[in-house]
Amino acid sequence: MPEALDPSLIALYVFVLACFIGYWVIWGVTPSLHTPLVALTNAISGIVLVGALLVAGDPQAGLLVQLIGFVAVLLASINVFGGFLVTHRMLSMFKKKKK
Amino acid sequence: MEFTVNHQALAYLVAAILFILGLKGLTHPASARRGNLYAMLGMVIAIVATLLAREVQSYGFIIAGIAGGAIIGGIVALRIQMTAMPQLVAALHSFVGLAAVLVGIGTFLHHQHLGLLNAVLMGEISAGVVIGAITFTGSIIAFGKLQGLLSGAPVKFTGQHLLNAVIGALTIALAVHFAMTGSLLSLALMTVLALVIGVTLIIPIGGADMPVIISMLNSYSGWAAAATGFTLHNNLLIIVGAIVGCSGAILSFIMCKAMNRSIINVVFGGFGSDSSAGESAGAQAAEKGVKSAAVEDAVYWMEDAGRVIIVPGYGMAVSQAQHALKELAELLGARGVEVKFAIHPVAGRMPGHMNVLLAEADIPYDQVLEMDEINPEFPGTDVVLVVGANDVVNPAAKEDKTSPIYGMPILEAGRARQVYFLKRSMRPGYSGVDNLLFYQDNTYLVFGDAKDTIEGMNTALKGGGH
Repeated sequence: MPEALDPSLIALYVFVLACFIGYWVIWGVTPSLHTPLVALTNAISGIVLVGALLVAGDPQAGLLVQLIGFVAVLLASINVFGGFLVTHRMLSMFKKKKK
Repeated sequence: MEFTVNHQALAYLVAAILFILGLKGLTHPASARRGNLYAMLGMVIAIVATLLAREVQSYGFIIAGIAGGAIIGGIVALRIQMTAMPQLVAALHSFVGLAAVLVGIGTFLHHQHLGLLNAVLMGEISAGVVIGAITFTGSIIAFGKLQGLLSGAPVKFTGQHLLNAVIGALTIALAVHFAMTGSLLSLALMTVLALVIGVTLIIPIGGADMPVIISMLNSYSGWAAAATGFTLHNNLLIIVGAIVGCSGAILSFIMCKAMNRSIINVVFGGFGSDSSAGESAGAQAAEKGVKSAAVEDAVYWMEDAGRVIIVPGYGMAVSQAQHALKELAELLGARGVEVKFAIHPVAGRMPGHMNVLLAEADIPYDQVLEMDEINPEFPGTDVVLVVGANDVVNPAAKEDKTSPIYGMPILEAGRARQVYFLKRSMRPGYSGVDNLLFYQDNTYLVFGDAKDTIEGMNTALKGGGH
């Protein structure tokens, strides 16, 4: 059996390559949409919700850990819902000139 | 069929692709709404795939948390005024930061309970907690400054940088100690110190640099999510965190470039506090005095103009003048005047702030131009109307080598035939620098509240008419 790769190293690969994707995608964003960009990145960084779910969802770890998880779920959810909705509201306002 | 880790990983991959396509949608206003929907779908897939995982066994707290978040987030998002976007964004950044701290600490306690701790994991937890804590308190300070709860002026004292360096070094030492020993005390102390760094890092940055602060904290919130991803060995968090981190970093870069300053200078500089003495060009021009004009004068020249360019700034947001401006643009447009809006990258308190306010007022986005596109058009323009902007049209940035804003790219409003400056008072802009444009021969100041003044113009245009 071949030698196994350290999982942290794979994570590093993913991280570095994602930075490159981010670099190219974000430079393509039009300056007029920079505020919606901040709001949208804010919404998707609510992805820490995934981590919060794992902390809040395991009763074995005890009530304190679940409570910490609950607060994290609440905060991350505010970000997800608030972020996507406000982005949607803003983007709906951008209209072309009526011909 | 059982939902395995591999299924989850595939679902996460789909979610990551949807997030990337979502951001890609922001390349153009026409595709942006679809992009936002892609990103929403990605989030739904990510959440469902996580809930189906074997580790998640009790749903009570989760349902309560998500429901609470949906209600609070929904109400805030629907009620928030567009002028208050910078504050909202700062508040949301602080939530991501705090959530990352809690996930880090929660993961530590959880894994301690299961006996799964190791040095690498605890190192990753340290990174997530420290970045999250800095994001949290830093964003709260930014929120306070934007909301007017704290003074926008930079807070500076001697030994500030030394203090930051000492706290930073202590934090790193505690992080190393925590990774080696798993001491809960070290984790707690490290978290507290990181919370302090968030405060000391943001208080010396002045209100004029808010667009950079917002972008920087946006970046930090991304890195915090990425560090959490390393902790949990979750590739989706790593991908999203890296992209968001890059996004904030690129925005910070763009904002700094638009002010001709380095990020180091913004973070440690504390702009807008010192008023330099001496016979600068500004003082010389001040002796020449300024010319003021009445609303009717501006209207007289605008109504027969070929082209009028409107330069909005933060003052437009403060006086909520965007709706009146939309009417003005329509009234002039009906008379055959070509009306355009010119946006400087750092106008307002966050990147793209002015564009959103103009969009809110229903001004078509193809009438709103960025600095590089509009600058060649100023020389052929009859009237420029500056509404609540100041530093971004100050020719001192080009002409006065002693000026603190020297070298900053500006909107070349002064090259138009006439400039009308709507101003509340003779107070200088946020940078504290006197504006040379006031004293130019073709510049007239119209004093008063921006919204009242523009409504006055609209009345004159509707009533008068030749």
